[in-house]
Amino acid sequence: MSERPIWRRKDLLGVAELGADEINLVLDTAESFREVAERPVKKVPALRGKTALNIFFESSTRTRSSFEIAEKRLSADSVNFSASGSSLEKGESLLDTTRNLEAMAPDVVVIRHGHPRVPHALAARIASRVINAGDGAHEHPTQALLDAFTIRQHKKRLDGLRVAIVGDLEHSRVLRSNVLLLRTMGSEVVIAGPRTLMPAGVEALGVPVAYRLEDAIEGADVVMMLRVQLERQGRMRLPSTEEYFRLFGLTRQRLRLAKDDVIVMHPGPMNRGVEIASDVADGERSVILEQVTNGVAVRMAVLYLLAGVQG
Amino acid sequence: MRLLLRGGRVVDPTQDLDDRLDVLLEDGKVAALERSIEAEGAEVVDAAGKVVTPGLIDVHVHLREPGQEYKETVLTGTRAAAAGGFTAVACMANTVPPNDCRSVTEHILGEAQRSGFARVYPVGAVSKGLQGEELAEVGELVDAGVVAISDDGRPVWHPELMRCALLYARHFDVPVVQHAQDRELSGAGVMHEGGASARLGVAGIPAVAEDAMVARDLLLVEDTGGRYHLQHLSSARSLELIRRARDQGLAVTCEVTPHHLLLDDEDVFESGLDPNFKMNPPLRAARDREALIAGLRAGFIDLIASDHAPHHPDEKEIDFVDAPFGIVGLETTVSLCLDRLVGRGLVPLRRLVELLSCAPARAFGLPGGTLRPGSPADVTLIDLEREVVVAPSAFQSKSRNTPFAGWKLRGAPAGTVVGGKLVWPTSP
Repeated sequence: MSERPIWRRKDLLGVAELGADEINLVLDTAESFREVAERPVKKVPALRGKTALNIFFESSTRTRSSFEIAEKRLSADSVNFSASGSSLEKGESLLDTTRNLEAMAPDVVVIRHGHPRVPHALAARIASRVINAGDGAHEHPTQALLDAFTIRQHKKRLDGLRVAIVGDLEHSRVLRSNVLLLRTMGSEVVIAGPRTLMPAGVEALGVPVAYRLEDAIEGADVVMMLRVQLERQGRMRLPSTEEYFRLFGLTRQRLRLAKDDVIVMHPGPMNRGVEIASDVADGERSVILEQVTNGVAVRMAVLYLLAGVQG
Repeated sequence: MRLLLRGGRVVDPTQDLDDRLDVLLEDGKVAALERSIEAEGAEVVDAAGKVVTPGLIDVHVHLREPGQEYKETVLTGTRAAAAGGFTAVACMANTVPPNDCRSVTEHILGEAQRSGFARVYPVGAVSKGLQGEELAEVGELVDAGVVAISDDGRPVWHPELMRCALLYARHFDVPVVQHAQDRELSGAGVMHEGGASARLGVAGIPAVAEDAMVARDLLLVEDTGGRYHLQHLSSARSLELIRRARDQGLAVTCEVTPHHLLLDDEDVFESGLDPNFKMNPPLRAARDREALIAGLRAGFIDLIASDHAPHHPDEKEIDFVDAPFGIVGLETTVSLCLDRLVGRGLVPLRRLVELLSCAPARAFGLPGGTLRPGSPADVTLIDLEREVVVAPSAFQSKSRNTPFAGWKLRGAPAGTVVGGKLVWPTSP
């Protein structure tokens, strides 16, 4: 690994600040961790003696489990700190939480928060390395990296691809991080969804916007579907899940508009029959479960680059 | 008691004055303005090289007393006013309890009397408890000393309440002062809805939330013949609505804050969501900001007010979404305006004096805003050359929440005279 470029950042806060070489470094590092998952003993000593603290202010099953598995496979001591039932919910200020963290001095803090840039603010105030596991609808860098890893596995490249991202554009951190990453790597991204789930100023994301699913996925190498949470958005924005599926649901028939070797992705958790038909989700073009598998390898890579290399 | 301000450049738009004059203040009134005054026994302030203006008036501040003295008090807020060159402030009613009855008004006025740093004109609530449901006892409030009514912080949302407030306030000839924002359209937004909020994934407050409310209010003003003052105008389209209403001859005035003139939503983005860039209405798009400056120059905007909104440092740390709205402004407004508006040739000095003194006095029906003999002896001295760096740690205010920390500005207040007494700088 000595000829590789060296990771110089203290934290991984967003894709916005990453260059192509840094993205490639994470993905290449993840390649070498992928085979760990196939061993009978799925553990390497890279982070032995290090402490990773996973703080989730928002509930999450898969992202937290994925980080925890990644930490354990690297032999780090991992501690989970969930907001519900803790002092965080009892009105402790974020400032005090920060000071407490600093006093405990973990090596790595993995944080998810419902508000944008809280991990950034935290990272600027503590010596520990900080990984953003999702900040509001802003960024989710490890998700975009694992998506890129999955795309690269199938397409052997990350440039010159046409990627369609469809769904709730307003509330999706997955969208924002993926748009940033894919543009940095030289792919073309088209985004689509109902106008009521698009932020005003959506053009500031710098990619073309389509208002029909068909227009977005035509000729696509990759189709990424985003979760729609009707219960959260309310009936003023969307009349029903059925209507959403009729207009923006990914069906087998619609998928024919994409390239023959298209791959279908979803960050999960999926709403079957809302944004994606079951036969597409489970079909031969779907790589949705591979994304989950790759998530562990990519998070191992990020943890290793942040906390393992310097020893 | 006599105070002679000697040799300053007197700028008073109400008398069409811009000249080197001595100003004699006597028994709390302006006694004389002449080329040279000999006043034996008077205390003399050397104003040579300084600009002498009618006392500046900020008609939009939050003094937080009673109830939130950890953020600000009448004493610290008026001291901040004096340090910032203001001789008078109008303080909003959203205290705890709110200023919706005589006892709260009298408490504020009593504290102001004791502080002595600046005149305080309380603004009473439009609705009982600021609940937006029942009219407050406006007659009692005016009798106790309020100069206007406003539910500021909360818009008067109910159309019938606004209609009645405009009608009822006519009995007392006080303006209804509105924070115009449709709460259903602003929703859970925390910054301007636009390109920056789209990139950050932040819930936005669309400009139309203000515009829709302003449009409705102006129709109600037309129907009722009421007096209406629009607070912290932030959007280009609201400005256009105001311009049309004035063409119609409605009794409408509006204010703009220095921050809405000087910052926009890209500054929020660049700050990395620093909570000191969070205020309501939010910093708008660059085109709104440019329209406000044009409106200021064209005279469609009456006055500048700071919306001084102190918050404790603990409340403005880390999390933009959870942080309260608002920034302090009493100690930055004058230098910001001198450097960025006058210094850059956007607004002549004379117009700035109008915006910060004469117009606020007119809009709220306050004494002052002029140096005509017989007027209250409230005077601000300004040093156009002095360079300052905005240093929150040196504020007289209890709070530090400003997006302008570190700004280097040319021009600063140099002395504040209230009722014929030099209150700032304080004598050593």
